[in-house]
Amino acid sequence: MTYIPKPRIDLPTDRINAIGLRQRDYEGVLSTLCAGCGHDSITAAIVQAFWELAIEPHQVAKLSGIGCSSKTPAYFISGAHGFNSVHGRMPSVATGALAGNRDLTCIAVSGDGDSLSIGFGQFGHVVRRNLNMLYIIENNGVYGLTKGQFSASADPGSKAKKGQVNQMQAIDPVATAIALGGSFAARGFSGDRDQLVPLIKAGVRHRGCAVIDVVSPCVTFNDHEGSTKSYAYTRKMSHKAVEADLVPPAEEITVSYADGDAVRVRLHDGSTVLLRKNDPAYDPTDRSTALQYLEKHRARGEVVTGLMFLDETLPEMHDVFGTTSAPLAETGYEALVPGKEALAKLQKKMR
Amino acid sequence: MPDQPSASATQSRINDFVLKIGTVNGTGSASANGLLMKALFRMGVPVTGKNLFPSNIQGLPTWYEIRANRDGYMAREGRVDVMVAMNAQTYGKDLAEVTPGGFFIYDSTWPREKTLSRDDVTVLGVPLAKLCNEHFSVARVRILMKNIAYVGVLCALLDIDRAIVKQLLEETFAAKPKLVDSNLEAINLGWDYAQANFTCPLPVRAEAMGDNSKHILIDGNSAAALGCVFAGATVGAWYPITPSTSLMDGFQGYCEKFRKDPDTGENRFCIVQAEDELAAAGMVLGANWVGARAFTPTSGPGISLMSEFIGFAYYAEIPSVFFDVQRVGPSTGMPTRTQQCDVLLCAYASHGDTRHPLLLPADPRECFEFAVAAFDLADRLQTPVFVLSDLDIGMNDWMIPELEWDDRYRPDRGKLVGPKELADMEKFFRYLDRDGDGIAARTLPGQDAKGAYFVRGSGHNRYGGYTEDSAEYQDVVDRLMVKWRTAAGLVPAAKLRPADQPTRVGIIAYGSSDGAVNEALDRLNEEGLGLDYLRIRAFPFGEEVRAFLDSHDTVFVVEQNRDAQLRSLLLVELGASNEQLVPLLHYNGMPIPSRCVEDAVRAHLDEEVAA
Ligand SMILES: Cc1ncc(C[n+]2csc(CCOP(=O)(O)OP(=O)(O)O)c2C)c(N)n1
Ligand code: SF4
Ligand SMILES: [Mg+2]
Repeated sequence: MTYIPKPRIDLPTDRINAIGLRQRDYEGVLSTLCAGCGHDSITAAIVQAFWELAIEPHQVAKLSGIGCSSKTPAYFISGAHGFNSVHGRMPSVATGALAGNRDLTCIAVSGDGDSLSIGFGQFGHVVRRNLNMLYIIENNGVYGLTKGQFSASADPGSKAKKGQVNQMQAIDPVATAIALGGSFAARGFSGDRDQLVPLIKAGVRHRGCAVIDVVSPCVTFNDHEGSTKSYAYTRKMSHKAVEADLVPPAEEITVSYADGDAVRVRLHDGSTVLLRKNDPAYDPTDRSTALQYLEKHRARGEVVTGLMFLDETLPEMHDVFGTTSAPLAETGYEALVPGKEALAKLQKKMR
Repeated sequence: MPDQPSASATQSRINDFVLKIGTVNGTGSASANGLLMKALFRMGVPVTGKNLFPSNIQGLPTWYEIRANRDGYMAREGRVDVMVAMNAQTYGKDLAEVTPGGFFIYDSTWPREKTLSRDDVTVLGVPLAKLCNEHFSVARVRILMKNIAYVGVLCALLDIDRAIVKQLLEETFAAKPKLVDSNLEAINLGWDYAQANFTCPLPVRAEAMGDNSKHILIDGNSAAALGCVFAGATVGAWYPITPSTSLMDGFQGYCEKFRKDPDTGENRFCIVQAEDELAAAGMVLGANWVGARAFTPTSGPGISLMSEFIGFAYYAEIPSVFFDVQRVGPSTGMPTRTQQCDVLLCAYASHGDTRHPLLLPADPRECFEFAVAAFDLADRLQTPVFVLSDLDIGMNDWMIPELEWDDRYRPDRGKLVGPKELADMEKFFRYLDRDGDGIAARTLPGQDAKGAYFVRGSGHNRYGGYTEDSAEYQDVVDRLMVKWRTAAGLVPAAKLRPADQPTRVGIIAYGSSDGAVNEALDRLNEEGLGLDYLRIRAFPFGEEVRAFLDSHDTVFVVEQNRDAQLRSLLLVELGASNEQLVPLLHYNGMPIPSRCVEDAVRAHLDEEVAA
């Protein structure tokens, strides 16, 4: 199997990116989450990814629902407008925001409670709509903010802190997104930033709804022995299926791969996602094999990670609607109002 | 000759009658009824049509009530002069409803039950099905043409101009001339039969009068949709619900017509059919947050679902426009019947201390005007604004003066600061009231990092930061009350119709009750009972409402709900007294008739005198 060495990411924090910004320019206010909470590591990965992508902070719209996870947009990109919405309903706000201004780079953070219980409907529909956004689910198997109740992503057999064992089936957001016709579905682990940062970058650049489920242990309520969302369990049972790298348009891909080892997917902005597979039989561009693969490994108790499915050809919401390329919010009133004469003419038919 | 009408049985009513047609829904009667209504309109007769329909797609009874009135009264009156009973199921009920001296027309193809007769009503049988079956060969055509044939019968009986009917058919079927011919054949079938068998016209009839060319026929939902287009709304989010659906259908239609980029054919609008009303509300907030004017049309059940987001928009101060086309509640209630039952729901929608401006249009013209006003107010006040119409206004065709537009209009986007203004500021704080009107300036995403802030429904201080500090929290919600008082001076003022003589008796109404109240007041006035009438057009109430209450001892409050909801608002918000405000309520789901108002006022005042 061919292998390209990962870029070293221990960049000095005062280095500037392509638009002259430092990593700290992508940070937000100080986190108030528990020390060691997985969500904070994801925040750090987001900061790094956006810095590397050199996106203008004011071009970013960051949204969330309600939960510990949903607090995190306050902790990154303080130069971006943020919208901490109501529980489970961030996807609709994102839909409206992008309906009004399609030029915004939209990143949304949600939790497993936020997206898989109260917001399961909105999650499903934003995937179906293929809204051009990055949708991160910080998945800890519990409701952190309301003190540790099981969430819908808790695995059967997983044990709560106080000992009860979950007996209901788990909802897997990755499999769900693929099954719902999603265009981008990935899973990461908050404890593996090397893997997560490229996933986030690919998700931002993907044109459509990029869902990234990130296993993100709740150190306070769900990091004990017997939990399937703990650091220890995830490390042990993690199965990396595909590594993804985002190659910007300018950079040629020079390394060659043996057939079956890598898949390249060209994104709309000209960059390429390079999918390096650990299992040659796996095809992340085929919906049904992706689902089969997930199911096979789930049955073994494994946590499959990587960019599990990608289809760059699906139309995003505005393609379907035929909306103008200029953001509606920036369209001048003169181009919107029919005027007095048109009204008079229209009313001739109402007699 | 069967059932020959006798002219002496009734007094003559020219351009002053109610025609009611009972059919089965799904049989295509809507076009026949529309044809009648438009023909009367073109004859210059003031006319309105009320569609009384079931919540069902096919097979249930449905009625259409046309009122022609030379004085321009638009409300339901409470009488039926001519009934066309096309639905065998409802013959009995329909016959019972005819006002003494009136006429009852039915399809005599099948024998009529003996019990269905009244001495004080002239019954006219026309074998419509037989006529159509003999004349047309295709089954579906026969059913449709039966409806058109009764138009022919009515043209003869009511003296409706057949030339106008022909012209209307030609306009409607300009693209399919063959249909004009078959429709005209059906009209003539009915016309010829009536001429041959009855004395035409009846004493109840139409006559060409005035000039309606400065008026239009339009329903409130279409008018509101036009208002949204003219206000510059670009994003619409919705979940289908009667009776609001045609508002978004209208918006879509007008956008297709007026909002296509002439060069690319691309849409300068974005309509999202949401997964539910919770999502529709979220979409409206998201779009308004980024600076696009966005709205959602819905009805009571939708408002219930949207409530959490409505409170969010109130507290986080996001402009948003909600159209509630009210229908009968509670719960699913009667979805195709009308009420004004969401006044309290909308006024205080959502948990916590919340309050929202309501605009209360009385007719489609105000639906148009208030739609535009709603967007301006929402942007100016940075808050959810409700336009509360109802099924009667929203879905029925009203005759109104032509809509007008001033090309100098520019949207009031309120206090928006962009990169230019930000450059002059040391720092931007989202919730800082610099002008004392309770309204802080906002910025839009995508413009400038200096203006970035975090919208949240959780506790925040005047700078936009998260807070759990009591004083900081209270500071913000107290400012929201300052803003509320600003709103009272910005919303459409109530309209006063003073009595001829000074009086201490007043009447308050709003929305679709206006027509019934005006007509009732004319009648009462003829009897020497003069009342001052104040039509409330918005909440919060302006000073003029308080002044009206202060200057009247007895004030009737006319509403189409059981619980006297606006009266409650007057009691709570203005401290009116219980004894002063007399509830005058009509809530059976049918639009309020003028007679109901007239009778109730008379009865109450008589009682007062007697007491
Ligand atoms: C309508 C509503 N119901 C309930 C709550 C209470 N609540 C707050 S956060 C939360 C669960 C959050 O779980 P999750 O999305 O998994 O976030 P985490 O805290 O685990 O990151 C609940 C039930 C709420 N805020 N709103
Ligand atoms: S409760 Fe759990 S999810 Fe919430 S901040 Fe603490 S560790 Fe994180
Ligand atoms: Mg959780």
